[in-house]
Amino acid sequence: MFRRTLRAFGSQPQGVIGLGLLLVWLILALSATQLVPYDPLEQGLPPARAGDSPVRQAPSSLYWFGTDELGRDVLSRVLAGAHISLALGFISVSIGLVAGSTLGLVAGFYGGWVDGIVMRAMDALLAFPGILLALVVIAALGTSIQNVMIAVGIAIVPQYARLVRSLCLTIRELAYVEAAHVVGSGPVRLIFRHFLPNIVPPLIVLSTLQIGQAIIYGSALSFLGMGAQPPTPEWGLIAAKGRDFFRKAWWISTFPSLAILSVVLSFNLLGDGLRSLLDPRMRMVRAADQRNS
Amino acid sequence: MLAYLGRRLAQLVPVLLLISLLVFLILHALPGDPAMLMLAGAEGGAVSAERIAELQEAMGLNDPLPVQYGRFLLGILRGDLGESIRLRTPVTEVILERFAFTIQLSLGGLACALLLGITTGVLSALRPNGWTDVLFSLMAYFGMSMPLFWLGLMLIFLFAFQLKWFPPSGSEGLDRLVLPSLTLGFVSAGAISRLTRSSLMEVLHEDYIRTAQAKGLARHRIVQGHALKNALIPVVTIVGLQFGGMLAGAVVTETVFSRPGLGRLVVQAILWKDYPLAQGIILFMAVLFLSANLLVDISYAWLDPRIRFH
Repeated sequence: MFRRTLRAFGSQPQGVIGLGLLLVWLILALSATQLVPYDPLEQGLPPARAGDSPVRQAPSSLYWFGTDELGRDVLSRVLAGAHISLALGFISVSIGLVAGSTLGLVAGFYGGWVDGIVMRAMDALLAFPGILLALVVIAALGTSIQNVMIAVGIAIVPQYARLVRSLCLTIRELAYVEAAHVVGSGPVRLIFRHFLPNIVPPLIVLSTLQIGQAIIYGSALSFLGMGAQPPTPEWGLIAAKGRDFFRKAWWISTFPSLAILSVVLSFNLLGDGLRSLLDPRMRMVRAADQRNS
Repeated sequence: MLAYLGRRLAQLVPVLLLISLLVFLILHALPGDPAMLMLAGAEGGAVSAERIAELQEAMGLNDPLPVQYGRFLLGILRGDLGESIRLRTPVTEVILERFAFTIQLSLGGLACALLLGITTGVLSALRPNGWTDVLFSLMAYFGMSMPLFWLGLMLIFLFAFQLKWFPPSGSEGLDRLVLPSLTLGFVSAGAISRLTRSSLMEVLHEDYIRTAQAKGLARHRIVQGHALKNALIPVVTIVGLQFGGMLAGAVVTETVFSRPGLGRLVVQAILWKDYPLAQGIILFMAVLFLSANLLVDISYAWLDPRIRFH
């Protein structure tokens, strides 16, 4: 069974590429402190060519990604920033996953007025599209990278609540679940024995895709000055600082942006690969979607 | 149709109330005191306790929260969103002055996204797994994974500084709308392209397509006359959602292109701690998004009568 699953996954090029890319980034993030050629915070590094200015040096054999507006090594900063973006992705999606799934499970399992209240609240949150809801939360909490994680987490809560709720409604109607209910299985047994096993695979797919989205949101918030504060080597922040010099020093903004692109790409590819792998179960999601529209 | 409209409008009321409550609570969850912020902004330096107390009384900040919320709601109904601390002008006035820039950008972005997404989606579906399909899927993946701000910076660099086809920033004129719209559109085009592709591929397997083929219709006639219309229905349903994505994307895009729209202003308002302004813009954008969704739903119900009876 496991081997067959593995082989099915292997036949999906996008999933394998995504997983490979993600593993590379995880290794880079975990060993960044050993890998960085220079201290990511050290300013005014010696110029590659004698007599040049230490700031905004073009990429060279000494500084592969060039140096930034304060003469710091961009490669070292990009490597040092990897764990920030990955942590942001995992932490905010965990917040969204736990809070959203709980709300969705409660709404879908009990139905009635509980469902009504929870889902109206989710509708209200969804009225703030995308990053706007995160902005609302940041406005209330203040600007910092921790608050960005919370804000992005809250911003994706409705996605989970809606998915889990619609899955619950579909599962509730399944013949064997009804049978279990009729023979007197309690709510705890029903949830753990019948609901969760059906809910987990679609949740894995959604979470993989959401981590990529969360990293995009987080870096955008830092780019706007609402997240990480200098001198943190956060990718969005590095790109924001390099923005004013883009014409003469494209490398300052480009390399951290490419880092964001490749990390998010790895989650998107992996998510799609997992989705086609878990396809038979995704049919249930589609059925649930149709029910709700 | 009228009954459907009424039902949809009635559903909006609790959502609108919740949104206003949420936005109202932001202002009151804040660590800073609006009266002090206002005085510090206007008079600078140390602010005397008496002046703060005076202004707190005048702004009604000493009343219980439900009373303040009631007053806030009544204000909204009268079109009064308070006064911006930083700009010292009524928030409603500021929004009315700037929202056209954001609407233009959102519509421009939506047009780019639909044009790019539908074209590439149709071309992909006609030759699944051909080299165009592979190329367009790659483009879609990159679009979905790319940070908006970097795409904007690159487009400015290439088309404004190197080729000098368009101005790099600003707001007046259509030529200044092209690059920001492309930036916004490219990111959403990926999702539309993939949706169009899968939808058209599904439709092309329908019986009536086989009938059309059997009676000897040319392939392009089949696609244009029979398949495309049906295949685009799911695309139409996500236009409202995409419009929301454009409003949200405008926050970053307007900052990169220095456009004086609401997206850039809301960021500034939050950084200035100008809460009445931030509150007003956020509320306005949410209502704009809800209205767009309502419009899409209504047109959809008008096109497909089955929807009305659900």
